[in-house]
Amino acid sequence: MRGFVRTVIVPWLAQGGRVVVFAGRALREMFRPPFEVRETARQVYEVGWRSLPLIAAAGYAVGIVMSMHTRASLERFGAEALIPAALALALVRETGPLVVGLLVSGRVGAGIGAELGAMKVTEQIDALEAVAVDSFKFLVVTRVAACMLAMPILTVVMNFTGIVGGWTAESAVSGMGFESYFRAAFSLVQFTDYLPGTLKTMVFGFIIAVTASYLGVHASGGTQGVGQAATRSVVTASVLMIATNVVLVRLIFFVFPETAE
Amino acid sequence: MSEPGAAIRLEGVSKAFGTFRVLDDVTLRIPRGRATVVLGRSGTGKSVMLRHIVGLLQPDAGRVFVGEDEITALPPAGLAAVRQRIGFLFQNAALFDSITVAENVAFPLRRHTTLSDAEIRTRARDKLAAVGLARAAESMPASLSGGMRKRAGLARAMALDPAILLVDEPSAGLDPVTSGEIDDLLASTRQERGTTLIVVTHNIPSARRLADAMLFLHEGRVLARGSAADLEQSEHALVRRFMRSEAGG
Repeated sequence: MRGFVRTVIVPWLAQGGRVVVFAGRALREMFRPPFEVRETARQVYEVGWRSLPLIAAAGYAVGIVMSMHTRASLERFGAEALIPAALALALVRETGPLVVGLLVSGRVGAGIGAELGAMKVTEQIDALEAVAVDSFKFLVVTRVAACMLAMPILTVVMNFTGIVGGWTAESAVSGMGFESYFRAAFSLVQFTDYLPGTLKTMVFGFIIAVTASYLGVHASGGTQGVGQAATRSVVTASVLMIATNVVLVRLIFFVFPETAE
Repeated sequence: MSEPGAAIRLEGVSKAFGTFRVLDDVTLRIPRGRATVVLGRSGTGKSVMLRHIVGLLQPDAGRVFVGEDEITALPPAGLAAVRQRIGFLFQNAALFDSITVAENVAFPLRRHTTLSDAEIRTRARDKLAAVGLARAAESMPASLSGGMRKRAGLARAMALDPAILLVDEPSAGLDPVTSGEIDDLLASTRQERGTTLIVVTHNIPSARRLADAMLFLHEGRVLARGSAADLEQSEHALVRRFMRSEAGG
C-alpha cells in the first residue's frame, strides 16, 4: 500500500500541482503586458472561426435529435406546444455549452497538444526563447485567451443552429412556421437561463487550453510523445470539463436560484 | 564582474540530467570578437554548454556571464535583453514550421526592431541571399532539405546582427562546397562586424578554417584548449586522434 502511494498517488498529486501552477501562471500572465494581440487574434481565428462549420453542423443535428426525443416525451402528456421551449431550455442551459466544450476539446485540444508537442520536440519552443520571446506568453497565454473568447461565441452558434434543427424536425411533423417556433422556443427562456450557461464555457475554454498546452509543452520522446500529448489532451480536458461542470451547475443554482426551478 | 575583453565566461559550471553529469565544473573564457571552436565526441556536453550561454538551461552549480551580465542571476526581462545580443543556430535548425522561410528570418526583426515591413522584408531577403537561399524565401520549412534548413536557421540567427553568434554543427548535412561557403560567411561576419563566434563542430577542416582558438570537451570537462597546432600536440591521445581525423574526412 505504501509503495502504491509513493509510486502512483504522490507523482499523480505532484503532476496535479504542476498543472495548477501552470494554470495560475496562464491566468496571471493574461493580464500582464506586453499583450500578444496579433497572435491572440490569430488563435481566435484558429479556435473560433475554423470550428464554426463543425459547431454549426453538430448543433443542427443535436437540435433535430433533441426535438424528436422531446416530442416523444411530451406527446404522452399532450404537451406538444411546449416542445420548442423545452428544447430551447435544455439547449441553452446545458446541452449547448457541454457539446461545444466536448467538440472543441476534440478539435482544438488535440490540435494544441499536438502543435505544441511538435514544437517542443523539434526545439521550436527553445528557438522562440533564444530569439528573446517569452514562449509561455506567446504560445500558452494566447491560446488560453483565444479559447476563453471563442467558446461563448461558439455556444451562441450551437444554440441557434440547435433551435433551427429543432424547428426542422418539428416542421416536418407539425408544419410549424419558423417565426412561431422561434417565439415559442424563447417564451420560457430567461436571461438567467442563457447567461450562466454561455459564460461557463469560458471556464471550459480555459480548461481545454491549459490542459492541452501543459501536455504539449511537456511532451517528450519524439513523434510518439506528440501523439500522446494530443490524445491525453482530449481525454484529460474532457474529463476535467465534465467534472468541473458539476461544480459550475451547483454554483449557478446558488447564484441564480431561479434557474433551479 | 566579467573580465575585460571576455565576451562569455563560465565559472565552475556543472550540469547533470538525472545521474548523468554532462558538464563538470567547467570554467572557461571566450574572448570578444574571436572565433572559438568547441570540439569533442558526441554527448560530451558541447550543445549543453551553448544552451547555458543563451540561458535555455540553468546550471546546477556555477555562473555564466555574457559580457558584464551574469545571466544565471538575471530576471526574465534582463535575460531577454541579453538574448537579443546573441544569435543561436540550433543543431536541427529549429525553424518555425508554420511560417515561411522568409518569415522565420523576419521574426526576430518584427519582435525587436522598429523597422518598417518593407525594410524587414528586404533585410530578411538579404540574409537569405547571404546563405544562398534567396529563391527559397517563400518556401515552407518542411519543403527544404536538411542543409537548406540549416542555412535558413543561420540566416535567422544572424537577422539582428548579434554581437555573439552560437553555432551548433553548421556543417552537418551540408556538402563540402556549401559547408565551405558557410564557413566563409561566418568568418567574414566575424571580421566585418567583430562578432564573437562559438562554433560546435565535428568537422576538423571547418574548425581549422574558422578557429582562432579551440576547446576540446570530454566527459563534461575541458580536456584541452589552444590553437589547432596546440591540440595536435596535446598530451592527450584522444585529442591528437580527434585532430588527425582530418585525414579520414
